[in-house]
Amino acid sequence: MSEFGTEITSADIIDTLSFFDGWEERYKYIIDLGKELPALDERYKTDENIVRGCQSPVWLRSESRDGALFFVADSDAFIVKGLLAVVLAAYNGKTPAEVAAFDIDGYFAELNLLNHLSATRGNGLKSMVQRIQRTAHEAS
Amino acid sequence: MTQFDAASIRAQFPILAQEVNGHPLVYLDNAATTQKPNSVIDAIANYYRYDNSNVHRGAHALSDRATEKFELARAQLAAFINAPTKEQLLWTRGTTEGINLVAASWGRANLKSGDRVLVSAMEHHSNIVPWQMVAELTGATVEPIAVNASGTIDMDAFAAQLDARVKMVAVGHVSNALGSINPIKEIIALAHAQGAQVLIDAAQSIAHLPIDVQALDCDFLVFSGHKMFGPTGIGALYGKRDLLEAMSPYQGGGEMIESVSFTGTVYNQLPYKFEAGTPNIAGAIGLAAAVDFLQSFDRSAADAHEQQLLNSAQLQLLELGGYQLVGTSANKTAVMSFVCDFAHPQDVGMLLDQQGVAVRTGNHCAQPIMDQFAIPGTVRASFSLYNNQDDVAKLMAALKKAKMFLA
Ligand SMILES: Cc1ncc(COP(=O)(O)O)c(C=O)c1O
Repeated sequence: MSEFGTEITSADIIDTLSFFDGWEERYKYIIDLGKELPALDERYKTDENIVRGCQSPVWLRSESRDGALFFVADSDAFIVKGLLAVVLAAYNGKTPAEVAAFDIDGYFAELNLLNHLSATRGNGLKSMVQRIQRTAHEAS
Repeated sequence: MTQFDAASIRAQFPILAQEVNGHPLVYLDNAATTQKPNSVIDAIANYYRYDNSNVHRGAHALSDRATEKFELARAQLAAFINAPTKEQLLWTRGTTEGINLVAASWGRANLKSGDRVLVSAMEHHSNIVPWQMVAELTGATVEPIAVNASGTIDMDAFAAQLDARVKMVAVGHVSNALGSINPIKEIIALAHAQGAQVLIDAAQSIAHLPIDVQALDCDFLVFSGHKMFGPTGIGALYGKRDLLEAMSPYQGGGEMIESVSFTGTVYNQLPYKFEAGTPNIAGAIGLAAAVDFLQSFDRSAADAHEQQLLNSAQLQLLELGGYQLVGTSANKTAVMSFVCDFAHPQDVGMLLDQQGVAVRTGNHCAQPIMDQFAIPGTVRASFSLYNNQDDVAKLMAALKKAKMFLA
């Protein structure tokens, strides 16, 4: 479904982001990641797949293949989309048990992006992570 | 009262002297909530330090003192909006609670099937949803008053919409999403000519424009303390006496009763009938201090200062290119709402935040007008009297960088 999680792993992202010290380079990188994330086909942008954020919706579609979970996520905002790519790098192609075991808060803390996962951000990211975790729970 | 001096006013707001994300804070989210001057912070702290007690109840010195300050605050707020008596000024948690109170108490008694409630298409959700809730109970309908592309109420359409079935017209004095100042005096006169009552949501105007409820002749007016340099959790509802007298209490409990027995309960008089439970005493006292603050300088000069900031920000924004204003009414408070053609408003907001500039992005709880304009939301920079041209310059530099990133 996308290279995130397979070609580009969470370790790769931690590695790359650690090279940057300024917020500008970090955000440029995140925006670029978002541009590489394939768009979700319009026909899948349904109410069922919507994860409502206060400011902009996030869409999430999941599929299970050979015991692994695959996700496509999309947003109209570039930075949110980039952050979705960061999340999918951690979860895509993983087994439900791997998804459940992954420490997403620790990952975002390491990336120094934890503020984006806070509930107050209202960007739908937190709700998306919760939905991925629920999907994994239901599939296990 | 002294002359308005923006620098000395700014110095009274301790929160502004801090860094955010490694940059000096530029606070431009004043339409969401304003910051608090030292005098308000001190009034709240001193209340708890020296005077805290329950009001209207105790038979002791502290309770008398707290009650006196609490009731003085009510009188001060009533005078601030020129209410004829202080009993017509009811404490609420804020604008939202004030509207809910009127929609529930007045609405249930006065609306019936086939009646119409008109709200403008650019209302805040809190001036739409309470009416929809009471409409569902009573069979009344809630209908939008048309707003044109510049973000002003279509007065001809409004006049044409009025008929004898319109029982309530609920409009904002100023739109929180766009800053448009609505011609409420005209709206009130037109509505009254058709026998409708009018509620004014003054949440966005109270800090910027003088308000005289008798000159306006509005039936109800609501506002929030936190948008006028006062604390959160306190606000006020003004109502015409005969309307308030006729309304049933909104909530039951202590304070709002005269006598209680299992054969029948007698309600207390105004304003206590609507103030069940222990009120937000510190909030009321803090809000009175905010009124003192607002009356300590020439407000029209403060308004002129805000308008200057708005004008220069809007001119510079358009010079940057790629950004478009949303809401271009000739009469606006200092609210600059805009979108860009290269990214989502949320992207711009996130990049501004990284640069220490606090704005709000999104639909501003005014989804219908965003839908009408076919936009997902806007970036909103809202100025207050403590902002200055340096804030405008930093906003512009941050917007320029955001465009470089995203375009
Ligand atoms: C026009 C308008 N009405 C109502 C409200 C709701 O105010 P509060 O949340 O203080 O009750 C707001 C504040 O966001 C507003 O701007």
